[in-house]
Amino acid sequence: MKKTLTMSIEKVSEDKDTRSGFGAGLHELGKKNKNVVALCADLTGSLKMDAFKKEFPDRFFQVGIAEANMIGIAAGLTIGGKIPFTGTFANFSTGRVYDQIRQSVAYSDKNVKICASHAGLTLGEDGATHQILEDIGMMKMLPGMSVINPCDYNQTKEATIAIADIHGPVYLRFGRPKVPNFTGGQYPFVFGKALKFFDGTDVTIFATGHLVWKALEAKKILDEKGISAEIINIHTIKPLDVEAVIASVRKTKSVVTAEEHQMNGGLGDSIAQVLAKHFPAPIEMVAVNDSFGESGTPEQLLKKYGLDTPNIVQAAEKVIARKNAGK
Amino acid sequence: MPNIDELKSIASQTRRDIVRMVHAVNSGHPGGSLGCTDFFVALYHEVMKPDAKNFTMDGIGEDLFFLSNGHISPVWYSVLARYGYFPVSELTTFRKLNTRLQGHPTTHEGLPGVRVASGSLGQGLSVAIGAALTKKLNNDKSLVYTLHGDGEMQEGQIWEAAMYAAANKVDNIISTIDVNGRQIDGDTDHVLNMGSLEAKWQAFGWDVMHMNGNDMQEVVNGLNKAKTLTGKGKPVMILMKTEMGAGVDFMMGSHEWHGVAPNDAQLEKALGQLEQTLGDY
Repeated sequence: MKKTLTMSIEKVSEDKDTRSGFGAGLHELGKKNKNVVALCADLTGSLKMDAFKKEFPDRFFQVGIAEANMIGIAAGLTIGGKIPFTGTFANFSTGRVYDQIRQSVAYSDKNVKICASHAGLTLGEDGATHQILEDIGMMKMLPGMSVINPCDYNQTKEATIAIADIHGPVYLRFGRPKVPNFTGGQYPFVFGKALKFFDGTDVTIFATGHLVWKALEAKKILDEKGISAEIINIHTIKPLDVEAVIASVRKTKSVVTAEEHQMNGGLGDSIAQVLAKHFPAPIEMVAVNDSFGESGTPEQLLKKYGLDTPNIVQAAEKVIARKNAGK
Repeated sequence: MPNIDELKSIASQTRRDIVRMVHAVNSGHPGGSLGCTDFFVALYHEVMKPDAKNFTMDGIGEDLFFLSNGHISPVWYSVLARYGYFPVSELTTFRKLNTRLQGHPTTHEGLPGVRVASGSLGQGLSVAIGAALTKKLNNDKSLVYTLHGDGEMQEGQIWEAAMYAAANKVDNIISTIDVNGRQIDGDTDHVLNMGSLEAKWQAFGWDVMHMNGNDMQEVVNGLNKAKTLTGKGKPVMILMKTEMGAGVDFMMGSHEWHGVAPNDAQLEKALGQLEQTLGDY
């Protein structure tokens, strides 16, 4: 076992919620692009859309608790050149309105940005009715739909601004709790491009969303164990940066994926598909294993459902062992 | 003044197109298409008069139409083609592999005249409201039209949209419901009795009108009257009474021809009742 140099990614601010990154990005977009409009289904405060609503009331549409109608109106608003951003919880942004997104947005190639907060277990105490863990899968299956799951405030803000310039439907997934804010600056969001934090040689950890910080924490522990982990943030799950995935795994030959989503249909699924086709390698997936969530604090839930830092460390050790055993 | 005889003549040819299209592929929805033929002909040739040769998705400065009950695509395709959006000969490709004339309308194959996919019911009104809101933002005074089936009123999204449009004074939209009283499983009253559509739409805050959808003069008058009701703070709803299968006697009077194509003998019988006025495709 070799000892690697311990480095760390520094936080660039106090902890912040990713939804506030969305709100800040949307407000900035409102100022620079008059075609940007926003819709919300009675969750303006939760989605942090107040600043946009206040400054651009004519371009803000409160649709009430009627998500299907919101998606349809958003599709229609594109006809005549508007760029609509819809905002509600991830559960109501996807599962509740799948058919509306499928027919009126994706199949109709409408330039709608579906912005979804409170995704995953870290929604916390509201429990499983609201903790959607299938949304990435549903959205990535739709032809032409881009899927982005940013990891912190800065990345969510940059992603929000960036997708206004990408023609076509986009699903932007973020969350509720305050989490470390560490991207931006030398770690910018570039649509469709994997973001590498650390080079490594023993294992690649591909992480998305809130689990990116957990992966960075795991990296420190793995360093101390003499394991060299490459840490890559996949914020754009679709289109996936296939070249970056293959290039990394060619080097490390073993993979851990980490996400706050069902194993079925998530990031791990996408990575496994690429590798099975291009460069087979052992994979361990840190994800929810075919289960609904429950009430609890975000940290309690991540721990109980196996999405915490130690789970990533264990997965890395296990997959390296599999690699070395040739299985 | 519109030449009603000319519109009727186009309608007769459209009805021939409809039965021939569904017969050719032994599938499709002739009943509602025949019932709404007069509406489509009047809307395109007399009321909206869009620029077919320069179709754009954005339709700036132009009246827009959204078909929410997409299964009656045969009538729309015939009217779009004969109005000039694409060659009439393309009607032969209806529902065939690689066609732009999909079973249900779509933008996906780039067919001019279509601005959103429809087929899964209940979505068109929301989309039309969005387009109407964009017209308001763009200070574009043109109007947005929609058509729906009466069975489609059983979809919940319709009422979400109805509530929104009234609450937000979306008064640049004219919606029409094809009230033929039929749906796939039978009469609407038997499948799921919806009570009074008039009372419902009034209660939801819309300006509600009635018209006979199978009388060309009345359709033209009704649509023109509806235009005078726009811009007054309320969305406009036309409850359009039609006969499913109108124009072909054996297709009228029941729900049986909602989604069934005629056989060879039935086609001949139907064509015998529909004068060829503009030449078959």
